[in-house]
Formats: sequence, C-alpha cells, structure tokens
Amino acid sequence: MAGTTQTVEAVEILSGNEAIARGAWEAGVRLAAAYPGTPSTEILEVLAGYDDIYSEWSPNEKVAMEVGIGASMAGSRALVCMKHVGLNVASDPFFSSAYVGLEAGLVVVSADDPGMHSSQDEQDNRNYAKFARVPLLEPSDSAEAKEFMLAAYELSERFDTPVLFRTTTRTSHSKSIVTLGERATTEPVTKLTKNYTKYTMMPANAIARHPIIEQRVRDLAEYAETCPLNRVEMGDPRVGIITSGSAYGYAREAFPEASYLKLGLTYPLPAGLIADFRSKVEKLYVVEELDPFLEEAVQLMGVTIDGGKELNTLLGEIDPGMIARGLAAAGVPGVNPDLLTAPRSGVADLPARPPTLCPGCSHRGIFTVLKKLRVFVSGDIGCYTLGALPPFGSLHSCTCMGASISMAHGMSKVMEPPAEDAPLDYRNKPVGIIGDSTFFHSGVTSLMDVAYNGGKTLNIILDNSTTAMTGGQDNPGTGKTLLGKPSNTVDIPALCRALGIKRVTTIDPYNLAEVERVLREELAADEASVVIAKAPCVLEYKIRRPAYQVDADLCIGCKRCLQAGCVALNLVVEVDADAEIATDTDAEVDTDTGANADADAKRKVEINVDLCDGCGICSQLCKENAIGRGA
Amino acid sequence: MTARPTTNLLISGVGGQGVVLASYVLSQVAMAEGYDVKQSEVHGMSQRGGSVTSHFRFGDKVWAPLVSPGTAGILMAFEALEALRYVHWLKPGGLLVYNTLRINPSPVAAGLATYPADIDARIAAAWPNTQCVDANAIASRAGTVKAANVVMLGAVSPALPFSAETWEAVIRRVAPPKTVEVNIEAFRLGAAGAAASAATSV
Repeated sequence: MAGTTQTVEAVEILSGNEAIARGAWEAGVRLAAAYPGTPSTEILEVLAGYDDIYSEWSPNEKVAMEVGIGASMAGSRALVCMKHVGLNVASDPFFSSAYVGLEAGLVVVSADDPGMHSSQDEQDNRNYAKFARVPLLEPSDSAEAKEFMLAAYELSERFDTPVLFRTTTRTSHSKSIVTLGERATTEPVTKLTKNYTKYTMMPANAIARHPIIEQRVRDLAEYAETCPLNRVEMGDPRVGIITSGSAYGYAREAFPEASYLKLGLTYPLPAGLIADFRSKVEKLYVVEELDPFLEEAVQLMGVTIDGGKELNTLLGEIDPGMIARGLAAAGVPGVNPDLLTAPRSGVADLPARPPTLCPGCSHRGIFTVLKKLRVFVSGDIGCYTLGALPPFGSLHSCTCMGASISMAHGMSKVMEPPAEDAPLDYRNKPVGIIGDSTFFHSGVTSLMDVAYNGGKTLNIILDNSTTAMTGGQDNPGTGKTLLGKPSNTVDIPALCRALGIKRVTTIDPYNLAEVERVLREELAADEASVVIAKAPCVLEYKIRRPAYQVDADLCIGCKRCLQAGCVALNLVVEVDADAEIATDTDAEVDTDTGANADADAKRKVEINVDLCDGCGICSQLCKENAIGRGA
Repeated sequence: MTARPTTNLLISGVGGQGVVLASYVLSQVAMAEGYDVKQSEVHGMSQRGGSVTSHFRFGDKVWAPLVSPGTAGILMAFEALEALRYVHWLKPGGLLVYNTLRINPSPVAAGLATYPADIDARIAAAWPNTQCVDANAIASRAGTVKAANVVMLGAVSPALPFSAETWEAVIRRVAPPKTVEVNIEAFRLGAAGAAASAATSV
C-alpha cells in the first residue's frame, strides 16, 4: 500500500470502497472507525494498509461514530463507515454531531443496499441528511468516490458540519478507473480545544445551536448553486433529466443525448440551478434509485416535472434497461435502442442456489439439534441466519443486530407459564441465538436486560471467533485488532456471569450428543441460561480435516444425513429400468422418526471429498454407521 | 479512430469459484488495451455458496457498471446450472461459454430438489450459440484444478478484441508467483480449445 512519501501520477481500477479509502488518505484523514457491514466493509480493510492512519473496528456503529466525533473534535480529520442499517445504530451521535460541528473534517459513509443483496431492508439513507440537517454527497462511480472524499472534507470544515457520504452497492462494489493523487499534509493534534457552549449539548447550549444549524442549511443551499459537484450537461433540450449517484450512469446509458442536471451535493438542493435547468428543457424527468428523494424536493420548490418514480420503481435496484423502457413508454425521445427490448424471462423450474452454511461450519450441529427440539428460535444477523432455510428451518425471527436475545425475552414475558404438572414442552421457551461479533455489537445489553429483569430464556452464543458473514473481520473476542496488533480478548463466559447469568455452559458444537444433552438441560431450567458453542470459523481459520466417506454397502439411502444441509453430500439415484424412481420432494426425513428408505429406489449418498471438511455431523446423523473416515 | 461500442459481459458461477478474480483479470486486460472499464459484483451473503454474477463492460466510454438483462454479448458461466439460470441475460446472437462442471446447490444436497440431469441438452436447446468447456479437466491438465477460471478466460478470449500478449502479461502480474506458468498454460489450453471448437462448428 501507499506511504506518505509516495509520488504518483497513476491510474488504477478501484472499487468505490477502495476509492473512498484512497480519497480519505489523500485528504489527510488520521483516524477511521467502522463496524463491518456489506457493502461498506472494504473501506476500513484498505485503510488498515496505510500506516499513517489509525483505523479500528469498533464494536458497533454508534461507538465508531463517537470515536470519529471525538477525533474530529480533537482537531483531526476523521472517517466513519457503515452500511445503511448501521446508521440506524449510530443515529443518536450522528444527529448530535450535526449540532456540535467539529474542529476538523468529519465524513460519515453510509453504504446503502438497494436490492438487499446482503441486508434486512433497503432504506434510503439520503433521508437521514435532511433529517439531521447534514450535507449529503452521492458519487456516481469510483473516480467520483475519490474526488468527492476530498470535497467532503473541505465542505465539512468550511461549513462546520459532518458530511453524509452516501454510496450504494453499485458504487461501493463497482470498479472503474481512478487517477491517484498525493496525501495532503496534516499536523498531529497537540492540544484539545475546550469550547463548552459548542461541544456540550445540554438544553441551553443546544437551543442556542439550533438556529445556527438552520442557518447552515441555508448557507449550504446557496453554496450548492455553484458547487462544482453539481453540473449541467446540456444536450438535447427536449429532454432534461435530474439524477444522482449510480442512477446517473444508468440514465446516460439509456438516454445518451439528453440534457442532464447531475447532482453530487444532493442535500440541500440548489433551487436556482434547478429552476434554471427547468427553463432550458422542454420536459423534465427525475431518475433515482429507491425513494423519490430528489423528486419530492424538486416538486416542493414548485418546479413541475413530467415524470419521476412512477416510470421506474420504489423497490430494489434500477438498471439502464428499466430506465430506457420506463421513460420511452412515457414518450421520451432519444432512447438507446439496444436497451428497449423487454428482457426475456429466465428459465423456470431450476433449483435455486441460495447461500448456505459452508461444509465444516460450526453452526451446522446446533441447527440440526434445534430442529429436533422444535423450539422457537429468535435469530440474529450473521451467517447463522441461514439456519432459517431448509433443511434446518430452525430460526424463526430475525430483525436487526442484537435483537435475538431481547426479542426472546419479550416473547417469554408474555407467554403463559405452563401448569406445574404439565409435561416439559420446549416450545414454551424461546431460544435466542447470536454470533460472537453480533453479541459484542449489541447483544450484551440485551443479555443484561434478561438477567436484570428475571428472564428465563435460553441464549446460545455461536462463538466462531470472527465476524464471518462480512468476510472474517476481527472483533473484541478475537485477540487481534484491525491493524493486526495483539489485543485483549473478551472472556464471554465471565462477561455473561458478570451480567448476572448464573447458568453459563460452553459446548463443542460438533458433538451432537453433547449439544442435545446441554440444550435439553438448559431448556428445562427455570432461569436464564447462556450456552456458548465455541469453535473457530472453518473459512476464516482455514480448517481442513480429513474427509468422510460413505460405505456404499451400508448406506440404505434413508437421507437422514442430508438433514445436515451440507453441499458436500450428494444423493445418487441409480436408474433402474424396472423400478419407478421416487421423487425427491416426498423425502422429508424427520430426525425424530428416522428413515423413510424407499425399498424400490436404489439411492446412495456420496460425499464429495473435495468439498467435505471432515466435521462429522453427517456421520453422527447416520444410524447405519455408513459414514466414516476412509481406512 | 472510429468509436468502439461498449461490450457487455456477464459472468456467473457459484460463490467461491473465482468469479471475482476472473473479473479482475478482464478489467486489467481491457484497461491495458486502452478501454474505459466498469465492473460490478456483489459481496456478503451471496458469497456463501450462493449463485453469483459479475457484470463487466468495456468501450470508449462506459457510463453504467450494470449489464441489463437481454443485452449481454457474452455470458461466461463457471457452472452448468448457473449458465442456464442466466441465459436470458444474452442479447440475440450472443455467445454463451460455460464450464460443464456441475455443483449441487444446497436444496439438491438436502434432497429437496434435483439437479436437471439433462442440463447440457437444455442449455443447447435454450441457446444455440454455445461453447461448452470442461474447464476443470483442462485446468487439471495444466497443473491445478484451481486454474479453471483462467481456462474459462482463455476459452472466451477469441471472442474479445484483446491481444494474447496483454492477456498473458496481466496473468503474469496478477497470479501468485509460483502459479504463473500453470495459469499461463491454463489460459493457452482454454484458448486453444475454444479455437478448435469454433473451427469445427463452421
């Protein structure tokens, strides 16, 4: 990676996230903080390679935001990054940061996920800018991502405000050509400035700050009129398009000759520039992804438009073809004819290929047993959310980071307690399930609530010593920081006990008998429990154990092992001219009731030794002793 | 020089197969040949063995990083089912190059669905302009099955306007030092196979 002495006049293909990191480095940022979250994660991973920036994984986005505010208040340019839902977590300090302003530039990257490639919702975080009275920048590609970072810090310091820097999956995870620059020199902080009326938000001070913030919005709106990030590209005067972010590129593909008002600073908006553009074009359209954020603001200015959200969609991602067809159908001339043909539908009846737990994953055994116990499982955000999918179907709710434990607590508090002589029914006791990184993020306070308020739930912490879903980032339990330095490791059992949980057990998630025994014990307990399933992530820690094999002579094709939901297992159906082959849809095997071997079908399970990671879950599920490690 | 129109490629495969790395090589090759490039992929949830795609576009000026359905000149699929799943992304007359490898999706592994036994026939029926490549076998011949994605790049290379020198220079730069020769061999075998099958189909 780069160092301070680097002199470059080079171009590189960078993702938007890599370009943001490069821009932060060039802008002289000295501190960056984040919690991993797709599609934002790589920004901090790249920044960690610059030795003149302190960067850290914070336990959650709220903490990261506060770390960033502190660095900026101390007088150093700071960067805070998160995915869109992370800003929900960080919103409390985010809103207050708009009031207090800063000593040196503060930029908050929100990477939104239209289409929900890896998220639980597709909120449009541009709304946060207006809500918090903070200027909003939206780059369209990687080159702009880098240039806009430099502009963001200038804007931040000139107007004494944090800047919201909004990307989407297609700006963060698209690659395009970027010209590299050099790092601005910035001085280290030597003295903290005390400014009580500006930085201490108690009512009297906050009341005095509010009019300053509203005036700042008016000043920014005036600046937006001449801001170089907003530009008019006059083409065919019959068609004017107002657009921003990745939608700009889509619109340019769809209507190459139209006139554009391309907005980079999208809050507050330049009313004069918009009115002037309106007067230069015959028809005016707004093209944007997700919410009609620009459209509504433009209409509130009294500017009439000839088409907006109704010509594409509120739902999911847009693309050039969708824009071409939508606007062309409304009579807009100049469409790129290559994009006009309505796409053919895909081939139907293909088996889906959803994401799945990796072969060897330490979560597999837990979900296999949870299915058998028929409990309600209150889930959380991570790889283990995949426990909701077949064949497990053993995760029944998931809303947001940290919610598993507190939601299970809420459920149990409104459930009528079973009669004293009633048989033990595990379905009466909700189970919270959460990963180590998510527990550190926001599960700790939930568990504190359970202990404090006499909860009686069972809570499983899947401790695989990494933040797996986002690609294996360190966290307070891994003993290592983002910069690779050895660090304190949170003692999860001791933490749970300190919170007030008396029943804390650590188990080996690969030992199904142990998992079942302990879970049954804890489900029967009349108080709250924590069970820690501790085993490292096989992907992150590159764990390869000898593969298992199926003894074809012993395998009866009962499919019990397929309940492990492992892609290394393969059911082979031999074609027998005389026998009708049973369809596979009738083959739901319940681990309670056992096999449903079909006498007519010659079915055997095979194990793909290239994929098998030797965890042995399928071997423990097999009642015929047909699965073992080869001699 | 006349304007060079934008070319659209869609690459599909299974998370973990090297779709992202192949896209990276393509981007580097196109940039080295003086084209504007935009490429888009998705990380996170979809990487866990799920169906993945990468959009790759090059030309004199590329505005958008997305290939709209029905507009791809080339679909390069790293797995048979993932070829059939995305065949509607091709524009009329577009070229499908796919690896005949079959990887069971999780519903098939769980016994809840079946992998289409006649997948190659279904692909041939759905898209006549198709080249199939046994990329894993060819990669093994080159030295490692891990080079299957480079075999696929070789197989698609005759359909792209990039010189063999540029391809090989980029592969030499991008591949881990110890695997450079294996990857070069994988690329050449892939390209030779594609050239031979194109000759026989004339």
